[in-house]
Amino acid sequence: MTTEPRATPTHPPAIEVVGLLKSFGDHEVLRGLDLTVAPGSVHALLGSNGAGKTTAIRILSTLLRPDGGRAAIDGHDVATEPARVREAISLTGQFTAVDDVLTGHENLVLVGQLRHIADPAATADTMLARFGLTEAGDRRAATYSGGMRRRLDIAMSLVGDPSVLFLDEPTTGLDPEARIEVWRTVRELAAQGTTILLTTQHLEEAEQLADRISILHGGRIIVEGTLEELKALLPPARVEYVEKRPSLEEIFLSVVGSAS
Amino acid sequence: MSTVLTDTVVLTRRSLRHVLRSPDTIITTAITPIAMLLLFVYVFGSAIDTGDGPGEAYVDYLLPGILLITVASGVAYTSYRLFLDLQSGFLDRLRSMPIARSAVLWAHVLTSLVANLVSLALVVLVAVAMGFRSGAGLLAWLGVLGIMVVFTLALTWLAVVAGLTAKSTDGAGGFAYPLLFLPFLSSAFVTTDGMPGPVRWFAEHQPVTSIVDTLRRLYAEEPLGDDVWTALAWCVGLLVLAYALAMRSYRRRTSG
Repeated sequence: MTTEPRATPTHPPAIEVVGLLKSFGDHEVLRGLDLTVAPGSVHALLGSNGAGKTTAIRILSTLLRPDGGRAAIDGHDVATEPARVREAISLTGQFTAVDDVLTGHENLVLVGQLRHIADPAATADTMLARFGLTEAGDRRAATYSGGMRRRLDIAMSLVGDPSVLFLDEPTTGLDPEARIEVWRTVRELAAQGTTILLTTQHLEEAEQLADRISILHGGRIIVEGTLEELKALLPPARVEYVEKRPSLEEIFLSVVGSAS
Repeated sequence: MSTVLTDTVVLTRRSLRHVLRSPDTIITTAITPIAMLLLFVYVFGSAIDTGDGPGEAYVDYLLPGILLITVASGVAYTSYRLFLDLQSGFLDRLRSMPIARSAVLWAHVLTSLVANLVSLALVVLVAVAMGFRSGAGLLAWLGVLGIMVVFTLALTWLAVVAGLTAKSTDGAGGFAYPLLFLPFLSSAFVTTDGMPGPVRWFAEHQPVTSIVDTLRRLYAEEPLGDDVWTALAWCVGLLVLAYALAMRSYRRRTSG
């Protein structure tokens, strides 16, 4: 369970966390978090509400200082080299952080200018096309649906080609169609080699997207491995014959006609 | 260093767009003081004796107070916009990007300065249309501008504190109400001579009176006296205090 499927000895892990500690007052949120994510992989941090997922993401994205332990992105320590870390990462937080007053295009240009890329306007156009937002590009983000906002949010995070992307509960609050859109996006990014750390409370989401899964509970990782490895922890499967009924989700998707 | 500048410019342009696209912010910032100007000059003005000798129009007396009220009502939008950035996670997005961190707050402050100067210009234009006249030279007007800039910066940094510490959008803008009330307890509308003892004492020792009197003397080409130092001390002192408080609230809000 500790083997690294894709890391080569010459590359540091994309994300390396050792013994991370964080408390808020008397409340210990992280009590020795360990996590290693290989470059180019999708890693899911699975845990219930309040397990410390968001706190871990906030420390990794330099928004919060850890009380103890060590965390590094591409070999750069988040506490001592935050500027280098910010060059490498992008954060898509729990709430879609788009500017509602600006249009989709303007939002993307803004990020491009702040990341000092060569041609922010052209990159914005490319991103709009890639995320199916070209039509909506000149409309204010306030007029977008939840799924469109999330796509714009993720598109903004990708401007400047960060090598590590944090997605904090990327599908919370989205309807099933929008959730599937986000999943498709994550798979495309993974195929292009972006390292993704995503947090989720939905087991199915982790199952759908992640190469490896860590279960965060009580401020520590209690289990880590591939889906197969996690399944092996359970008692062996028995064969039973049960009439398969469609889930409500399958019904919903077939009725609204977007199940593909 | 150049990234501080370019990042600040980029973010300032962004929040100026917010100002341009929310007409209500322009309306409340400029229209309310203009309405007060009209009300006080054309309704109450005839009953107010400012004792400044014949020929002195009440609009001349009133304008400085109205200018301060313009700024006090204008800065509330800075709290509001900053609070929305915090609440929406937009500030977190910016803070996790490789940009100059001071650019985030300075962009809001510069936007406030630009927006308030535009509102102030509108108010002055209306005052001119109502008969405000001044023979003051460029230097005196630069003095007026300088005081207004420092005053606006001071109130804006206070607005930043309010925006960073607010728990709701209502709370974010609410800090401005006491500021709007202060000019009424000063020499902004009437001279302090007729006020009862304790009120008069308060009026003569609070910042608005010295600032208003200094502005009035600047464009009336009168000798400035000591008031100018009192006014500057209040403005600069307030600015330094507000800036320090804003930095502290920023650190608190973004750590822990």
